[in-house]
Amino acid sequence: MSPLVQGAITIIIGVGGCIGYFYFANMLLDKVIFPARGNDAGRNINRANQVRPWLFLFPAIFALGLYLVYPVVGSFLRSLYNRAGDEFIGFGNYANLIADEGFRTAFFNNFLWVLVVPAMATFLGLLVAQLTDRLSWGNIAKSLIFMPMAISFVGASLIWKFVYANDPDIGIINAVRASMGMESLDPLQIPFWNNFFLMVILIWIQTGFAMVILSAALRGIPEETVEAAIIDGANPFQVFFKIKVPQIMGTIVVVWTTITILVLKVFDIVYTMTGGNFGTDILPSYMMSFMFRDDGRATAVAFVIMLVVLPVMIWNIVQARKEMR
Amino acid sequence: MDSIAGTKSSLTWAVNISVVVLVVLWLIPTIGLLVSSFRDRDQISASAWWEAPLPVEQAYRLRAEGEVRQDGGLWIIEGNVFDASEMVETFPAGSEHPPVAAFGITGREPGATAAGQEAENRDGGTLVVNADGSYVFTTNEEPGDRPPRIYVVAETPPEFTTENYNTVLGGDGMGQAFINTLTVTIPATVIPILIAAFAAYALAWMDFPGRGLLIAAVVGLLVVPLQLALVPLLSLHQQVGIGQSFVGIWLAHTGFGLPLAIYLLRNYMVGLPRDIIESAKVDGATDFQIFTKIILPLSFPALASFAIFQFLWTWNDLLVAKVFLPSSDESWVMTVRIADDLLGSRGGDWGILAAAAFVSIAVPLIVFFSMQRYLVRGLLAGSVK
Repeated sequence: MSPLVQGAITIIIGVGGCIGYFYFANMLLDKVIFPARGNDAGRNINRANQVRPWLFLFPAIFALGLYLVYPVVGSFLRSLYNRAGDEFIGFGNYANLIADEGFRTAFFNNFLWVLVVPAMATFLGLLVAQLTDRLSWGNIAKSLIFMPMAISFVGASLIWKFVYANDPDIGIINAVRASMGMESLDPLQIPFWNNFFLMVILIWIQTGFAMVILSAALRGIPEETVEAAIIDGANPFQVFFKIKVPQIMGTIVVVWTTITILVLKVFDIVYTMTGGNFGTDILPSYMMSFMFRDDGRATAVAFVIMLVVLPVMIWNIVQARKEMR
Repeated sequence: MDSIAGTKSSLTWAVNISVVVLVVLWLIPTIGLLVSSFRDRDQISASAWWEAPLPVEQAYRLRAEGEVRQDGGLWIIEGNVFDASEMVETFPAGSEHPPVAAFGITGREPGATAAGQEAENRDGGTLVVNADGSYVFTTNEEPGDRPPRIYVVAETPPEFTTENYNTVLGGDGMGQAFINTLTVTIPATVIPILIAAFAAYALAWMDFPGRGLLIAAVVGLLVVPLQLALVPLLSLHQQVGIGQSFVGIWLAHTGFGLPLAIYLLRNYMVGLPRDIIESAKVDGATDFQIFTKIILPLSFPALASFAIFQFLWTWNDLLVAKVFLPSSDESWVMTVRIADDLLGSRGGDWGILAAAAFVSIAVPLIVFFSMQRYLVRGLLAGSVK
């Protein structure tokens, strides 16, 4: 059976199944289990209303539990076993990781990514948001800078492979160097700095995201505060740094953390551009080099990523709870 | 900003110019890809993509198939390079020929000698190629069945072709990969929406113990790294008999997409006017009716923005496809095909790579530009709150 037909059937079964589940479970609850008839009518209606939320939530809770909660536990347990998965070795995998030069490189590089990418993307996003604000063609400019968001990391990597190409007839960087009489080089093989050339790709993608959100935040700033500052004689830079930025600090933090989380998960760019060679490995790509080969090590790396993400997760939850009150 | 006091026109200029510079910087890489995908291989290797509209000095090789005559100890071949069988394809008989700029005897230096000059042959003979293409080749040896080679460099007008796309979609399997991507994407986008919509309604408008905790859990799950899920879920899929298959990847994408879906939809639904829902309740509507008749239609913008997110994310995904789909090449999606196959086998073939990349990013770009409004709205609902 062709996958396309299979896909169509899945949509029908999936959507039909969902609708059917919600409809019939709801009907079953109202008509059969707690019917609103007879002596217990009132009590039954109340009972049915207590059960209903769980009826609506069940598929989601089940899927979330199976696909996101269970893996946290499952991965941790698996990381305590050896490669074949039949011998308990405690934290052996973690000890091996720490002893491994490759892991330390990946960890250090990932640290650089976390330091540079969110900062640059947020900064550039804020810059573009401010510059395009009230520009007559600002929306067109914004949508062009936002465009890389739609492109896959693999596609973006390929696009940048052209920019970095060794051949001065393909790569702009080497074309510029050639026009200045310099020899062509491969930017992806320059130790240490090649990490930054890879980061440029993610910054190129994420600036649009930061720009969209920060631009909305800038629009939300009360006009009076800006006007008052201008009347008091503030110049445009003072208005921006002393009036606008402090008022959108909360949004800046949200953008920053969102991109930070992303940086910890993206393996596509490194995988496509260098395959982790030339000292450019980061944790997600380092993990993929063990996937299908040594599940114990792979899950240990994944759990390290989880530990790094954990503070952000807790902070997010705290923020969300604060808002609900 | 024109009406606000204190704004100088020089500043407005500076702003305009810097935005132009930024936009150009942002677009250059993509434009390079697009242009390269329409150029043929010879032109790509002869000149850079930003020179694509200009004529290209391109090297051609041909055999001296002209008339042979003997003059003393010498053999002389006379003819025109544009009549050679290897050239007729590019320059059909009767069409206007570009002037020959230079010529050579070795492939290493196809333009070693300027047109009209005399070049020394390896065996002591000479070769002259004139700008109009006529040549005189003298040699000490009798030319056999395979006439000697001549290389010429001529200006070729810029040429754009869709050849790369034909190659990529057919022989290189991107056509199949495109269908596979579509197959993965559509169910993986549709199914989570329904599940999430019901859950979001319960979390937004139904009162029950543990609601706050569940919302917090969803917020927490938003950032769980996918990497954790790979090993345990793949072995789970293998135990229940799904293995690496399309069903597996649909389930996986559904699970991974749910936190964002629930979060976005709940945030939106909470903001719907309470009056409508309460008056419907007073009129005797059940929760199920309120959901299907009032909430769902009103939530269309949020549903659309999640659908776009999930579509872009599943279409562009490499990690989940690498792990949950079979590793045989007939079920590769486009990202896997590019990253694992074309980059290796077609490494230096820039035209092919560009066409492949463009095939894979065309649909997301269309979706992006036609539904940007919803995408922006979704981003704002998901992050600013």
